[in-house]
Amino acid sequence: MSATFETVAAIISETCDIPREKITPQSHAIDDLGIDSLAFLDIAFAIDKAFGIKLPLEQWTQEVNEGKAPAEQYFVLENLCKRIDDLVAAKAA
Amino acid sequence: MRLEYFDMIDQVASFVPAEKRIVTRSTVPSKSPVFEGHFPGHPLVPGVLLTETMAQASGYLLLALNGLSQMPFLMMVDKARFRTFVEPDAVLDVSAELVHEGSGYAATKAKITIDGKPICDAELRFRLMPFPADMRALMEARIAAIGLNPEAA
Repeated sequence: MSATFETVAAIISETCDIPREKITPQSHAIDDLGIDSLAFLDIAFAIDKAFGIKLPLEQWTQEVNEGKAPAEQYFVLENLCKRIDDLVAAKAA
Repeated sequence: MRLEYFDMIDQVASFVPAEKRIVTRSTVPSKSPVFEGHFPGHPLVPGVLLTETMAQASGYLLLALNGLSQMPFLMMVDKARFRTFVEPDAVLDVSAELVHEGSGYAATKAKITIDGKPICDAELRFRLMPFPADMRALMEARIAAIGLNPEAA
């Protein structure tokens, strides 16, 4: 598993008090892990700080609400980690 | 300050958009119904109201920086420390600085001092949301009343 996933899983485990072994790359943050919107902002804060990025949560939420993107695209952890890697790469470019 | 109305900030002392920082000033009232219970014969400003004071200074900072485009709602208080008592008639310097601007949320560090002496401090986080009906006008009036100029941002 990627270093990004390990960092994200550790953040989720600590922030939401979820046993680390229950968090897999295929976990859906909301449907599988039961993370609510307030807790997700907590996670986003920790991710922003850990990776030096700004997760575009408002844009993602709008896309999902308007049916332009499936929630899985952003909230399944392996997909979330891919987005994080893209944001880190874009920042470095 | 009007403690019982949660009207905690009297005026803005300085607002520095480039530093994303605000300093406000508040004078604790001589009398308040709050002191009748906290505590009889020994009036002290409750820590929860000092936290609210730091949150309001942070909130005004965020409103000024975002040009009143979104309303900040307190969602987390972290590492709050209350270092000494605050009594009636105390003049509080309440400062707040933006430490992280996320998507849909923001984090600040805030503190209160009296004559330079640390009183309390905390790390605060706010959810940024569309204004509920009529609240924008209320905030505009409050901002004008304390002498804050969002245009400076």
